[in-house]
Amino acid sequence: MSNNEQTLRFCSSAIMMRIKTPKNGRVRRELEKRAPKLVETGKKTLILQGTKTSGTLNGVLSEIYHLKKGGAVRFTRKNDNIRPFESGGEASLEFFSLKTDCSLFVYGSHSKKRPNNLVIGRMYDHHVYDLVEVGVENFKSIESFNYDKKMAPRVGSKPFIAFVGEGFENVDELKHLKEVLLDLLRGEVVENINLAGVDRAYVCTAISLNKVYLTHCALRLKKSGTVVPRMELVEVGPSMDLVVRRHRLPNEGLRKEAMRTAKDQPKKKIKNVSSDAIEGTIGKIYIPDQKVGDVALPNKAKGVKRERREAKKKEANERASKKQREESE
Amino acid sequence: MTMETETQSQKAFHVDVGNLLAVNPFHSFPSLPASRDELVKECLQEGTKLVQAVADSLFNLPSTEDVDGPLVKLPPPTTKLPREKHLPKPKPLTKWEEFAKKKGIQKRKKEKVVWDEQTGTWKRRFGYDRVNDDKDIPIIEAKMTDEPGVDPFAKRQDDKKKRVEKQEKNRLQNLKQAAKIGALPSHVQLAATALPITGTQAPPKKVTKDELGNVAGMAATSTASGGKFDRKLPGEKPAKKQGKHRKFLPVVEGSGIGSREKEQTESVLNKLISKHSHEILNVGKAVTMYNVKKEKKSRNKRNQEGKSSSATNKLKPKKQLQKKTGKKGPVSSKKGKAK
Repeated sequence: MSNNEQTLRFCSSAIMMRIKTPKNGRVRRELEKRAPKLVETGKKTLILQGTKTSGTLNGVLSEIYHLKKGGAVRFTRKNDNIRPFESGGEASLEFFSLKTDCSLFVYGSHSKKRPNNLVIGRMYDHHVYDLVEVGVENFKSIESFNYDKKMAPRVGSKPFIAFVGEGFENVDELKHLKEVLLDLLRGEVVENINLAGVDRAYVCTAISLNKVYLTHCALRLKKSGTVVPRMELVEVGPSMDLVVRRHRLPNEGLRKEAMRTAKDQPKKKIKNVSSDAIEGTIGKIYIPDQKVGDVALPNKAKGVKRERREAKKKEANERASKKQREESE
Repeated sequence: MTMETETQSQKAFHVDVGNLLAVNPFHSFPSLPASRDELVKECLQEGTKLVQAVADSLFNLPSTEDVDGPLVKLPPPTTKLPREKHLPKPKPLTKWEEFAKKKGIQKRKKEKVVWDEQTGTWKRRFGYDRVNDDKDIPIIEAKMTDEPGVDPFAKRQDDKKKRVEKQEKNRLQNLKQAAKIGALPSHVQLAATALPITGTQAPPKKVTKDELGNVAGMAATSTASGGKFDRKLPGEKPAKKQGKHRKFLPVVEGSGIGSREKEQTESVLNKLISKHSHEILNVGKAVTMYNVKKEKKSRNKRNQEGKSSSATNKLKPKKQLQKKTGKKGPVSSKKGKAK
């Protein structure tokens, strides 16, 4: 047994479990990143495809990957054992989610019954939480839009999201789709945002009871009289019609558990700062000891100059006294 | 922070600034526009209104100046979304922590360097070149309670080993306790070993990398050509030669002390002849014993006589030489016979 592997016998199960600790600092940091946290930021997305895909579907998947470049993982091989809506067909998805630490997935497949099919799903603790199945129609890719390239939104900027339509309130499926799309398009949850860096917006309009028009636009901020600039949307990115086909809502118990949040967030302790009721915030500054004796004196020390002056004076006096003596002689 | 913005047609949007989200729950298409372009245009119009609503509240937040632009602190988002992982369970207290809490023992911050009296420098508390290292102790004074046969230095090392093992056992017990309630620290993982160890079954022996490399070679020796012409996989190293390594003498060799062939044959023949000589006597040993005895005698004589003439000493070694050759006489003659 090596130092890092120790065998323990667990009373409950007959299987021997051993404890693995990472030997590397890098591995330890990775594991800490993947550990459950009190406050969560940024879900990663896994984009993969099934046995058969069509041209449009390939385009859709790669463009979604482009839009989520920072936090997405793209699998390019076909996976024929993934059937999200069947009970046994999720094992592979859960395994991938565990290995890549992704809690959102987009699974594309194409068949005669369900052409251009996209299944968008979420995971809780690497088990399937909920699923929405949509069909993609009227897909327009990024290349087909003509726009001034300077306005193109940069990768990783936080988007504005707009949902238009009463269907998002009334229809069950559209409500669910709205939640899932918000999760998918949101990106990282940040505390501070740079106002100069907002440059993209997603617009989702409910066209009918089961159809949604999704488009990605760049923002142009125009001068207006007030602090708030006037917004102008220019279509840049992919635009598609999503037709809701099937959806699966989470179990009530699971939903309650997933929606639980920690009430109190532990404040980070800042070192050397304390707060007083009377004096307010006090900080401590530590200054190293001054080495008074070791400091080198500059060349033109006053003492030296004075010595020279005195020496000169002495010489002058001596010369004067010599002259006197000579004269007297 | 749900703010309601009133537009011209008295509709309210739901704005969530934390998510930069805006929802218009009142819009509907009474009839779908005829062309796609018109649909797109209407969608963009509605979208613009919503984005403007978000921007209104966003740009009115207090901002701080930064290098790249104005920084704004966003409020927390209001739309609740499900978590991706469960809430972390609080770590259970370890046995020591419980004990310390009960007794009221406070944790004291220790300094990285400690003053070492022995060397008169600041040394590390632990690690390379540390204070109170076992190997730095020159003398251990014996106590009345010490047993005579016990090595105190070894005893110190054993004690330390025992302490370390005990600490390791305690650490594992703490981890086991944490794993039971599901609150393992994030960098520790549990893995099931391959087989449950039951009864007298020994754990499966792990094959080392070197052994694996040799396996192919071992299998190859069973082929007709000894594995010499087998097709090798990319990266496979040629099999190491098993068994005795034969050493062949150089073709051109020097004479005298450097002649190894002569030595080889001599040694072989000596062994053979001594086997067949039926002599219980070990000739070499007898000769050395005789020589040593002689030398001792002569030394004693010299000491007794005091300073004697060197001439007499010179004669003696010669005598011994004669004796030596005398003994070897029959052997060398036999050598000739064997040839």
